[in-house]
Amino acid sequence: MELAIHTEVSDKARVDMQGLSLPHKVTAQGVNVYYGDKQALKNVNLDIPSNMVTALIGPSGCGKSTFLRCLNRMNDVVDGCRIEGSITLDGEDVYARGVDVVHLRARVGMVFQKPNPFPKSIYDNVAYGPRIHGLAKNRTEMDEIVLTSLEKAGLLDEVRDRLEAPGTGLSGGQQQRLCIARAIAVEPEVILMDEPCSALDPIATAKIEELIDELKQNYTIIMVTHSMQQAARVSQKTAFFHLGELVEQGDTTDIFTKPVDERTQAYVTGRIG
Amino acid sequence: MTDSLSKSERIQAGLAKRYRAEKRFRLYGIVAIAVAVSFLAVMLTAIGVRGVGAFQQTHVALTVTFDEQHIQDNDWQGIVKAAMRETFPDVGNRRDKRALYKLMSSGAGFDLQNMYRDDASLAGQVRTIWLPSSDDIDMLMKGAIDRNAPEDDRRVTDQEISWVDQWLANDAIELQFNTRLFTSGDSREPELAGILGAFMGSLLSLSVCFLLSFPLGIMTAVYLEEFAPKNKWTDLIEVNINNLAAVPSIVFGLLGLAVFLNFFMLPRSAPVVGGMVLALMTLPTIIIAARAALRAVPPSIREAAFGMGASQVQTVLHHVLPLAMPGMLTGTIIGMAQALGESAPLLMIGMVAFIVDIPASFVDPATALPVQIYLWADSPERAFSERTAAAIIVLVGFLIVMNLVAVILRRRFEQRW
Repeated sequence: MELAIHTEVSDKARVDMQGLSLPHKVTAQGVNVYYGDKQALKNVNLDIPSNMVTALIGPSGCGKSTFLRCLNRMNDVVDGCRIEGSITLDGEDVYARGVDVVHLRARVGMVFQKPNPFPKSIYDNVAYGPRIHGLAKNRTEMDEIVLTSLEKAGLLDEVRDRLEAPGTGLSGGQQQRLCIARAIAVEPEVILMDEPCSALDPIATAKIEELIDELKQNYTIIMVTHSMQQAARVSQKTAFFHLGELVEQGDTTDIFTKPVDERTQAYVTGRIG
Repeated sequence: MTDSLSKSERIQAGLAKRYRAEKRFRLYGIVAIAVAVSFLAVMLTAIGVRGVGAFQQTHVALTVTFDEQHIQDNDWQGIVKAAMRETFPDVGNRRDKRALYKLMSSGAGFDLQNMYRDDASLAGQVRTIWLPSSDDIDMLMKGAIDRNAPEDDRRVTDQEISWVDQWLANDAIELQFNTRLFTSGDSREPELAGILGAFMGSLLSLSVCFLLSFPLGIMTAVYLEEFAPKNKWTDLIEVNINNLAAVPSIVFGLLGLAVFLNFFMLPRSAPVVGGMVLALMTLPTIIIAARAALRAVPPSIREAAFGMGASQVQTVLHHVLPLAMPGMLTGTIIGMAQALGESAPLLMIGMVAFIVDIPASFVDPATALPVQIYLWADSPERAFSERTAAAIIVLVGFLIVMNLVAVILRRRFEQRW
């Protein structure tokens, strides 16, 4: 059954057959997205394997961020945005009637391009998700969640003695790790990252990349990036978008060393983009 | 080579011009501020100089006898008159006596009555008490009536001046702090008139106005900005709100008269109706300011909250509203300050009446500070002009206190970014 669907998909966009051995966490089929009259995504079919880092690459305005935001329905709040096709998370259509967006977003966390901690204390930033979802029964449990999340985000040692300090007072890289800690505090299954390092210096970037590499053991990570080096360094799978189309997807090594489509080749070798 | 040199020279020459332009621009700014500040200073000093006199009132030390007969007849002014006759025993005929009585305020008797009410053991006693003089004597003491002017040109006769001089010689007349200005309601007699009634009227009206317009305005703004779909209906509502903000305030007064008084039969001259009318006027201001404040909240915070799985209400309540609150408070305080200074709509609903009693509830007849200022400014007595200025000082003081409260609230709500 799965195979059948997959063959059908592969006709539309060159699907990497090796991905089949792993269960697909997220599957997009025939996704079209319109902002008003403008079509931002054209018939995107993409399977995202679990416990891996999938990088979405492509030139600016190619629709990779749009696609990412479809996965946790962040486009719902955008005026005039219309989505066709189906996106499934563990086989369930996230756009189906009756799907609760709040619940979906608790399962699919998101880290944004610009670090955007709440103007609250570090502790409250991380505790916010568990608090609104009612994940902690008491203060001790909450402390536990906050500390583990900060630990996992590799931030705990730097902020241990100033958890009550405002999150906005941290450096850019620390803020971004705080946002990651905030996202993983609700134990999501998938973490979406929209160019998480574009506002950071190389050292902070290296830390985040290291972190992403560790996180993939427990989470499925989908990352939009402008940097092909970054995609090559941290991702196992790569999907290349161009002008709203998913041009090519596959193992990262394949995409970078032997791309099938000439547009992909032109992009990864730096001729376009 | 020469070309590049001349280019740099040209830049050099341009620089001087640029700096001059910059200096000039700064100068314009400083001049603008100086002009604005001097206007403000002139206005405040003019009001201050004129109004400061009203904070003092001429009092006369009279030796009065609380005799049983007058107390029984409830003729308290009679006690004052008797004391006057004793102080000036040589005043004989009726006309002179009447002139003599007029030196004292007609409210002096009330003071005695109040004293007796507090302490009944005063009956039969003789006391020396400072009692308010009439407004003409007050004006004479403050120099507002010129002693050297011909007798026909002034409100005080030579005879009256000579009586005052006798008191002066005995140190029995002096200017004292005018507590009555702050503790009593309006009066036809300037020396008895106070602004507490108008102050309470303003306070009660403003509380009604705040209680109605703040929650309504904030809720409207939050709904329109965060929840409402953007379609032609919300556009229409927005246009109407913006138009309402430009409607002359007296129109709101007419609306209050037609709807609140004539249709809903609410009491006339009542602070509750005044507050409702002022709320109508304040609402658009608050809504517009609150929407601007909401729009100024960075979208990244909303995204962060949505991304965490916060519902729309949670996003608004936990993140957007706290960040927009300072801006909303600023808008509210501007609206309230407008409402405080507004007199036109209050005229239409009868808050312009002459009301002596101090309003104690929202339905008691009342007037408001700006209306009181208008009423006093219209009164012929010389002493009312300084009271007008004093009332303006109180109004401005009220405004400053209100703004201070707003600043303190803002500080408390402000989240460091």
